[in-house]
Amino acid sequence: MGKGTFRGGIHPFDGKEISKSKPVTTFLPKGEIVFPLSQHIGAPANSLVKPGDSVMVGQKIAEAQGFISSCIISSVSGTVKIIEPRPTVSGALVESIVIENDNEYKKVPGFNTKKDYTKFSKSEIRTIIKEAGIVGMGGAAFPTHVKLTPKNEDDITHVIVNAAECEPYLTSDYRMMLEEPESLITGLKVILSLFDNAKGVIAIENNKPDCIEIVNDAISPEDKKRICVIPLKAKYPQGAERNLIYAVTGRKINSKMLPADAGVVVNNVDTVISIKNAVCDTVPLIRRIITVTGDAIAHPQNFSVPIGSCYQELIEAAGGFKSTPEKIISGGPMMGTALYNTCVPVTKNSSAILALTKDEVAQKPETPCIRCGRCVSVCPSRLIPQRLQEFSNRFDTESFENNYGMECYECGSCTFVCPAGRQLTQSFKETRKSIIAQRKKK
Amino acid sequence: MSEQLYHVSSSPHIRSKVTTASIMRDVILALVPSCLFGVYWFGLRALTVLAVSVISCQAAELLYFHISGKKRVRYECSAIVTGLLLGMNFPSTIPLWIPVVGGFFAIIVVKELFGGLGNNFMNPALAARCFLLICFAGPMTSFSIKASSSNIWMGAAAADGLSGATPLAMIKNAGSPTDTLPRLFDMFFGFTGGVIGETSILFLLLGALYLVIRKVISLKIPLTYIFSFSVFVLIANLIKTGTPDFTGIARQLCGGGLVLGAFFMATDYVTCPITPFGKILFGICLGIVTAVFRLFGNNAEGVSYAIIFCNMLVPLLEKITIPAAFGLSKKGGCVNGK
Repeated sequence: MGKGTFRGGIHPFDGKEISKSKPVTTFLPKGEIVFPLSQHIGAPANSLVKPGDSVMVGQKIAEAQGFISSCIISSVSGTVKIIEPRPTVSGALVESIVIENDNEYKKVPGFNTKKDYTKFSKSEIRTIIKEAGIVGMGGAAFPTHVKLTPKNEDDITHVIVNAAECEPYLTSDYRMMLEEPESLITGLKVILSLFDNAKGVIAIENNKPDCIEIVNDAISPEDKKRICVIPLKAKYPQGAERNLIYAVTGRKINSKMLPADAGVVVNNVDTVISIKNAVCDTVPLIRRIITVTGDAIAHPQNFSVPIGSCYQELIEAAGGFKSTPEKIISGGPMMGTALYNTCVPVTKNSSAILALTKDEVAQKPETPCIRCGRCVSVCPSRLIPQRLQEFSNRFDTESFENNYGMECYECGSCTFVCPAGRQLTQSFKETRKSIIAQRKKK
Repeated sequence: MSEQLYHVSSSPHIRSKVTTASIMRDVILALVPSCLFGVYWFGLRALTVLAVSVISCQAAELLYFHISGKKRVRYECSAIVTGLLLGMNFPSTIPLWIPVVGGFFAIIVVKELFGGLGNNFMNPALAARCFLLICFAGPMTSFSIKASSSNIWMGAAAADGLSGATPLAMIKNAGSPTDTLPRLFDMFFGFTGGVIGETSILFLLLGALYLVIRKVISLKIPLTYIFSFSVFVLIANLIKTGTPDFTGIARQLCGGGLVLGAFFMATDYVTCPITPFGKILFGICLGIVTAVFRLFGNNAEGVSYAIIFCNMLVPLLEKITIPAAFGLSKKGGCVNGK
């Protein structure tokens, strides 16, 4: 059994107050809709449409290429304008299908028909999930059908719903748990139907007592035999897969292992709800919940957004800026990506738009390391970030690896606490990237 | 594409409020009670010594930055901390040119020549103290305050008719009968002879408590240090006399620079191991070395030498105590696979 926590971690300002009381409202985009063909881990999808084709809501517009890949489903109806490289959140240009939205939202036949998941076989459920284009919506965007097809299906003992939402400012999972606890539990039951020996665990941080209560109440007495809610200690990065698995089950995995190696399958709240939508309601993954927040946003809100919408339109829908933002982040402040402009599309793993009036990074310049050891005490992977940065700085990849540098998953805790403002995470990202590139060459 | 470009940087995008400067300010604040007691006890002369020491450290730093052309990103008060710690290690009667020499030695030789803040391998204040102890043994260890000069410059100690020797020296001097030793209560409060900042255990502990509450220091090093020191003294005691002398141990703990060293100098970030287990080993080494120096050495004191000696063990201690990463065993294999 887990202890509900892990060693290390930090307590940043959580900022959730700003948007936690705002119900999820549906946002309808006006302009063109952009679908990058690579918005998941694995091979990019293969376009099934060409410019001039008309598409409908729920229509598959790109096919998964290979096993680790994902389909892309249109979230609007309209005509395909062009297929060209477009800028994405990361700043890179990615081949994208651009659709001119006709604002009619004509749906494909059979869209939104209720189905009974217990009538499906296991392989049918996996196929539905694959065809619905579902990926891990917590951030990594790993194709969910792959996650749900481990080699050791019978050894899976825990299906964990990652409802920690430990990133500051984000409230999308929080709102969904409050508003659709039944969908969450149905989704979890769908996943449990794939794993005969598993029990379901909904892991929620204890700073969301209302969620814990509502989700607990939504579990029927019969389901309680298989499903339970486990409160976790609120701290960052509680929602990181390795820490979550340890907190819930007491099992430890490292970078070379998959959760399935420890008999665990982990899915994020919105992913589980999307699985329920796909399997029980025949609604593929065409929307996601996004928190638009930060001290520069006039009316911070939680939106249900068609995938492919433009960030700029979302910011306008939240009342625009009340003061000039200095930094705009896609995702949470700990692991999100800073945007230099806001004309990028919402993808399956977007979770928030955060507009901050102050750039704390620019305000804390790098000064000499005083070896205070704060990075060591917060590192959830028990590394010595101070030493690793020395190795990174002198391109000593061998020592970096020998000192377990590849176990870093870039949570940013060390950089957050560093009194000298050192860019530890940044140097680890670079070094890890170059080591992975070197390995591929060999 | 919109007109405005926003700041971009690698994640994370938020930072804690703790900075190097705020840590240094906390340390200064924690040292203030002991310094004030030192000034009350040893008089305004002690204040002069502290001020000269701080000013010369800061001046040495400015001078070095000026000559070497080194650029400072942020002012971080570290020279003031060094100056204060150095000043606390002088007897109040010290000729004022000695703190000046010490300040320049600490900052320029020990710190800046080895790369400046974060790169010195020895605690600058202690290295300077040991340097001065070797060069100017006389003035550095003369604690005699003339009873006749009982005035504001000489403080309450002189009014009390304090004899010159420190309690540790009295213990060391085997001839002294036990009843002439200062009472434990006096030693705890600091009404004894010694250097400016070390006598009052009470105020040092108050400062240390503040640092612990502010999470500036952890108790790992001080507690293992004090514990291993006490155990070693106890063992030596048992071998020598066959009965444990707990008052003797308490006197050893309250006397000399042990508390000042354990809480404020051994915990110096730059010169202690960064690994969790390394800190524990460091504390144990310190305790043993201090006990050896105090019991078998020529001097009554041993803390300063023990700390700078153990500072040199730090790279080794770190190397052998790198912890295995989460989910890995020390040999690189997986743990708890299932």
